[in-house]
Amino acid sequence: MADIRYTKDHEYIRVEGDTGTVGITSYAQEQLGDVVFVELPSVGKKVDQGAEAAVVESVKAASEIYAPVAGEVVAVNDALESAPGTVNEDPAGAGWFMKIKIADASQLNGLMSEADYTSYLATLS
Amino acid sequence: MLNRQGRPSQAGDSGLHSIKTFTGNRALEQVEPLLFEIGRLEATGVDLDEPAAFTPRLGGLVRKDGIGLPGLSEPETMRHFVRLSQKNYAIDTGIFPLGSCTMKHNPRLNEAMARLPGFADIHPLQPQSTVQGALDLIAQLKDWLKELTGMPDVDMTPKAGAHGELSGMMAIKAAIIAKGEAATRTVVLVPESAHGTNPATAALIGFTVKPVPARENGLVHVDDVKALLGPDIAAIMLTNPNTCGLFEKDIVAIADAVHAAGAFFYCDGANFNAIVGKVRPGDLGVDAMHINLHKTFSTPHGGGGPGAGPVVLSDRLAAFAPLPLLEKNGNSFALCESEKTAEARGAHPYGRITAFQGQMGMFVRAFAYMLSHGADGMRQASEDAVLNANYIRAGLRDLMSQPFGDKPCMHEALFDDQWLKETGVTTLDFAKAMIDEGFHPMTMYFPLVVHGAMLIEPTESESKASLDLFVAALRDLAMAAKAGDTERFTQAPRLAPRRRLDETLAARKPVLKWVPPTPLSEAAE
Amino acid sequence: MRYLPHTDTDRSDMLAAIGAGAIDDLFTGVPAEKMLKDPVNLPRRKSELEVARILGGLAAKNIPASTVPFFVGAGAYKHHVPATVDHLIQRSEFLTSYTPYQPEIAQGTLQYLFEFQTQVATLTGMDVANASMYDGSTACGEAVLMAHRVTKRNKAILSGGLHPHYAEVVETLSHMANDRVTRLPADVKAAEDIVPLIDSDTSCVVVQTPDFFGNLRNLKAIADACHAKGALLIAVFTEVVSLGLITPPGAMGADIVVGEGQSIGNALNFGGPYVGLFATKSQYVRQMPGRLCGETVDAEGRRGFVLTLSTREQHIRRDKATSNICTNSGLCSLAFTVHMTLLGSEGLSRLARINHANAIKLADMLAGVKGVDVLNPSFFNEFTVKLNKPAAPVVEKLAAKKILAGVPVSRLWPDAGLDDHLILASTEVNTDDDRAALVAALKEVL
Repeated sequence: MADIRYTKDHEYIRVEGDTGTVGITSYAQEQLGDVVFVELPSVGKKVDQGAEAAVVESVKAASEIYAPVAGEVVAVNDALESAPGTVNEDPAGAGWFMKIKIADASQLNGLMSEADYTSYLATLS
Repeated sequence: MLNRQGRPSQAGDSGLHSIKTFTGNRALEQVEPLLFEIGRLEATGVDLDEPAAFTPRLGGLVRKDGIGLPGLSEPETMRHFVRLSQKNYAIDTGIFPLGSCTMKHNPRLNEAMARLPGFADIHPLQPQSTVQGALDLIAQLKDWLKELTGMPDVDMTPKAGAHGELSGMMAIKAAIIAKGEAATRTVVLVPESAHGTNPATAALIGFTVKPVPARENGLVHVDDVKALLGPDIAAIMLTNPNTCGLFEKDIVAIADAVHAAGAFFYCDGANFNAIVGKVRPGDLGVDAMHINLHKTFSTPHGGGGPGAGPVVLSDRLAAFAPLPLLEKNGNSFALCESEKTAEARGAHPYGRITAFQGQMGMFVRAFAYMLSHGADGMRQASEDAVLNANYIRAGLRDLMSQPFGDKPCMHEALFDDQWLKETGVTTLDFAKAMIDEGFHPMTMYFPLVVHGAMLIEPTESESKASLDLFVAALRDLAMAAKAGDTERFTQAPRLAPRRRLDETLAARKPVLKWVPPTPLSEAAE
Repeated sequence: MRYLPHTDTDRSDMLAAIGAGAIDDLFTGVPAEKMLKDPVNLPRRKSELEVARILGGLAAKNIPASTVPFFVGAGAYKHHVPATVDHLIQRSEFLTSYTPYQPEIAQGTLQYLFEFQTQVATLTGMDVANASMYDGSTACGEAVLMAHRVTKRNKAILSGGLHPHYAEVVETLSHMANDRVTRLPADVKAAEDIVPLIDSDTSCVVVQTPDFFGNLRNLKAIADACHAKGALLIAVFTEVVSLGLITPPGAMGADIVVGEGQSIGNALNFGGPYVGLFATKSQYVRQMPGRLCGETVDAEGRRGFVLTLSTREQHIRRDKATSNICTNSGLCSLAFTVHMTLLGSEGLSRLARINHANAIKLADMLAGVKGVDVLNPSFFNEFTVKLNKPAAPVVEKLAAKKILAGVPVSRLWPDAGLDDHLILASTEVNTDDDRAALVAALKEVL
């Protein structure tokens, strides 16, 4: 069973074994509005925790996606290139951005659980 | 119907455009295809005779693709572009209250003067002895700008406001390099309310941008600046009057603190039009400030340029002004165009930011504007601009919310969207409903520090009657929004040449040029 | 004051409605000790007649191109602009409108920008063009910055045939941004060999054709060499009319094409305003600077146009924007589009042939003058000659005879050792009489 963790920047990382799938939360896509473009890193890129790993753009905003944990990008979701709207339609599923091979699993402990994230969202409105 | 690509070019079935006509035209509003859809490859609107036979000397580099641009005859060209013009809102058709943009009347005398052959038909590199009048005009315009700003020098070359920012910040960087501090002074302070051009300019030339918070009164406090100052700070970029329409009252203390810390004070002069003849940036401690001739001095905005952005410089920066430099020797004028000759005169130009010597066409217009107004008229224009903004603010303050309380503004009145809460109407909807009422909307969602911002700048060009109608219409809209008539807003505009446009589609699948339709024979293959 | 609608009664009524006693009550934020007590020390207001007299007097001290035999080029060119162009750009709805932020009431501006982008992309042989830059030189500077973003490198190589002002703009930007530039020495006869200089650190090579000295350059080999090293080729032109006759840069492998569009639709204006053209390949569109107009549909499915891909720009991206540029050169791009529409392919190619034919005539006549050597192996409407004495004083002497003969290379390139070199342009405006007058005058002063 996959463990999902969240950042304060509204990214999620779904952990399966030593790999995490990174995307943005439903709340984030709603705030952003219609996603029109996603700039993804190249496979093989090494990222530090908190480093800029991708950019997601709506018509009127551009937001950086930061790596929730350090590691190496092992896959990116090329399908977003031709269908960026998937991020809006299915952010937790088909709208994922990249898979990271996690360098240090202990960094996950610093991220929020599902319950923590839900209460974090409640503080924002 | 004239659209060869099968795209709908007629009104749809919903909304008030639903009255159908055979042509798709609606009386004075004409459907106008792209020129490529009505033009023909062999058509031309100029009469040119083929030259006598000659042997080309093109080194074999002859174009072979036939170019592929359809042409139109002169009457077709005239009609095409006149019809397009009729789909535009303009200052000459109504109030254009875009905050921070200063859409004031564009006197046609200025257009006529700029078109005098002695200004429009001279080449930037023809002998200087043959352009003494043009150089004299630039010299006089410089003198006027120096007097109005209280600053000792002006770089006339920048081609627009953002270009002026770039030139001013380059002069600052050159001064820092000259002091041997380039490695340490790498940070530029920029308030969060600033125009996007400020951080973009600083970043462009290698500075790191650090935001300065604004206090709840919409102003930057000197203590907040002091807390950030240190040996790493190169400059602060501060807009004054600021983008919230307020005069930064700590400005002199901020300038003193910045100078004491060995940094420079760049002032974004986009809003200089509020204070011309009332207070001089040079008396406030400014080191560099660009002046948007297309705002303050009324050169036409032309649908997005051309502008002009001369930048005034303090004594600390004047020596670093870019090439070319303008010199007066007795009664004659000369351009100093090379670094060597400039150095020989004790100047240290940081380089060059454009070919030639700036936006002459804009200089003539701005100078005609200044001569027309005179010292008295320019002061009156600033006062009227401030009066008009406050008149609008006073007319709407009981219905709409002001983010920083009920106090006087400078040349633009700022509202937020607090008052629209629970109505289901957004700032965008409200703006679009103004279109149906025959107004160009105000600036929306800027400055970024104010939620759902509506920034209204009427300028001094509006009469009291014009302002009264504008205020009455906005009051009617505000009351409708509060009364729950949301359709009037969410469906707006309904009466413009187009309803709301799908910007998501445009950005997801960019179509940035016309592509000739594929002939049927090829498509079938 | 004729531009200010309020009467004094209006003003006092409005102050009362605001609840202010006097106008200075509204300037409360201004430090009292800094408020000016009196008007600044400048003359008082003037009538239309007075202003026209003053400016007319200044204008009369200049020699307009159309009043004399005129052969000055080197980055700006005297062409005939049809009367229709100036009429259309003075339409109120174009002249006095703003950047099309509200597309529902700015379709006129947006549609012509879309037409402009199409014309520029087609002329240059590229996939996509933006809605214009300030001028050719700033477009060139922006192109180099864009190449740095695309390649993630920071070294530019500038051809010795690049207009010196353009090269200086790139050098200045690069110096300020801590990027690297290699600028080659003046290359009068297009003889330089750039290819060996391109290495795996090189971001871009900047080559002008027709170049500053008038030579045409085949860019194909340089493009191939760039691409082999992962660098971009930036092609530059200052005379856009040349594209009516010569191979477009896009067909020679250029990655970014920038140039000056003044020649089509725009007056000389002593150097500005002009219109910078900027085109590139589709894959780089999100790294482009400047405004872009795109096609879309409205809520009723009708075709319309909007500004698009705005997330590249400063008002959204702030310090991460592709450029700090805010305006384009709107009205000048309209002038370009109207003139280009009147020309069409047919008119443009004929105009280009007339220019070329006139330049050939001039070159042949000058070749027959003692003390004049025409240097160019190839050219479009501009070429360089070597005189038997320094060019600058010769140009001054001819100016005194009311003939504007060209640009001495020393004016733009003082240290190149080319004081005896002169660049002359000949466009459709030159007559046989103009050329004869130039040749006769040259014979007198050489």
